[in-house]
Amino acid sequence: MTTPAIEDLLRELAPQVLGALIRRNGQFEGCEDAVQEAVLAATVQWPVEGVPNNPRGWLVTVASRRLIDQMRSDHARRVRESATATEVVSEDVPDTDDTLVLLFLCCHPTLTAASQTALTLRAVGGLTTAEIAHAFLVPEATMAARISRAKQRIKAAGSSFSLPDGAEREERLRVVLHVLYLIFNEGYTASSGSELHRADLAHEAIRLARMVHAQLPEDGEVTGLLALMLLTDARRETRTTAAGDLVPLDEQDRTKWDRGLIDEGIELIKASLAGSALGPYQLQAAIAATHADAARAEETDWAQVHALYLILERIAPNPMVTLNRAIALAETEGPQTGLTLLSTLDGDERMAGHHRLLSVRAHLLEKTGDTAGAYEHYRRAAKATASIAEQRYLESRASRVRT
Amino acid sequence: MKFLISMLINPAVLDALTDEEKAAIGDGHGKFIEALKKSGELIITQALVDPSQAVVVSVRNGQPVVTDGPFLESKEYLGGFYLIDCENKERAIELAAQIPDTAIEGLGIEVRQVMFADGQLEA
Repeated sequence: MTTPAIEDLLRELAPQVLGALIRRNGQFEGCEDAVQEAVLAATVQWPVEGVPNNPRGWLVTVASRRLIDQMRSDHARRVRESATATEVVSEDVPDTDDTLVLLFLCCHPTLTAASQTALTLRAVGGLTTAEIAHAFLVPEATMAARISRAKQRIKAAGSSFSLPDGAEREERLRVVLHVLYLIFNEGYTASSGSELHRADLAHEAIRLARMVHAQLPEDGEVTGLLALMLLTDARRETRTTAAGDLVPLDEQDRTKWDRGLIDEGIELIKASLAGSALGPYQLQAAIAATHADAARAEETDWAQVHALYLILERIAPNPMVTLNRAIALAETEGPQTGLTLLSTLDGDERMAGHHRLLSVRAHLLEKTGDTAGAYEHYRRAAKATASIAEQRYLESRASRVRT
Repeated sequence: MKFLISMLINPAVLDALTDEEKAAIGDGHGKFIEALKKSGELIITQALVDPSQAVVVSVRNGQPVVTDGPFLESKEYLGGFYLIDCENKERAIELAAQIPDTAIEGLGIEVRQVMFADGQLEA
């Protein structure tokens, strides 16, 4: 077996092994360290010695041995205990997949979003601390401190290792989806750093969303989030030029969109819209699907996009949604109508000086023929953004309207 | 999100502080660093030597010209910085507000988001 295949296998097995260990021993922190060590041992041994017949059992055995090593400092006892652990485990590797429970634990509400993200990637994604640190462009020591803090918090919160019920389960699932969404965005929004590693994050988010979807296929929002990720990721290749400059949606080469991902995403969102109560992820996926349906930008069904934003605005009001609706409205009713809707956002302190509001206004002013106003707003938007790619794009727009 | 928290100092203001006040600032920074390390939000912090030790380098006609001190007319200098990685701008401001310098008239703490980063992370 080649090394990438082993990596994929380990990534899939790591959360199952961790789940099995926690179920038997409790103590998330110790189990997590033990599984990381077992995974490391596997990445060293398997490529040389071959993958064992029961890779999951192998990992559980090695991780249990490490865990017991940690628990028993007495050397003589350690040997006896690890021998016992080997016996117990090889015959009895529980068949339940605890990955979802583990995901709920990592997305514990007492953690900050940054910690939830890091812990999820490590415990459920099977990424090493170094890989996560690299992906988020922080030193390994910083990420290690964050992960260890997160583990202590979970311990202090005294969470039991089981899926919560009813309303709490629903609430926690929303957090899980939000964390996966954040991981995806981190990978998708290429701002700086190694693009390759960022793409890995987006793929990891998709893999985890697929996993949650496989376990909760009836949940409309889980389906919606997966569809949204697939439909968004399908455009990856066309979003930037070779030089790294941004390409807006209407100028992207649609023949290069990943048809396989789009078809899968559309299929998922269709099924979920038909079957369950609407949520924000489903609506965003439906909007992405509407864009994907148009072979050319001019063929976009803007009336449908606008209608979807209108529903989204009603169930999850947010100035960013209103902003997006203004773009759709401008396409159906003209730029002036769009600008009028935008002016309702001026009093919102979350939006004051926000580069998205400035750039959308610039864009609509340009369409009305007000080039001076457009120039002014493009320039202000370029100053307000924290993304170099976006800044370059906005500055090129500014110089275009000036001449 | 990464933010640079810059400590802009006015040497005259620092000189006017009592020894106790100076010690309290030092302690405050020590505690702040510990807390940031624990929360996993600290990337790096560096303090710079007194501006009197700084020189300005410029190249004229291909020849480097070195003059004493930075811009003589300015009163404030960069004394040091914290590079942090935290949830959002609100959190960065909340953290910056814990720096003892903020309580002293004439010392400034500036918070700005990082836009591009490169170089060795394991500093």
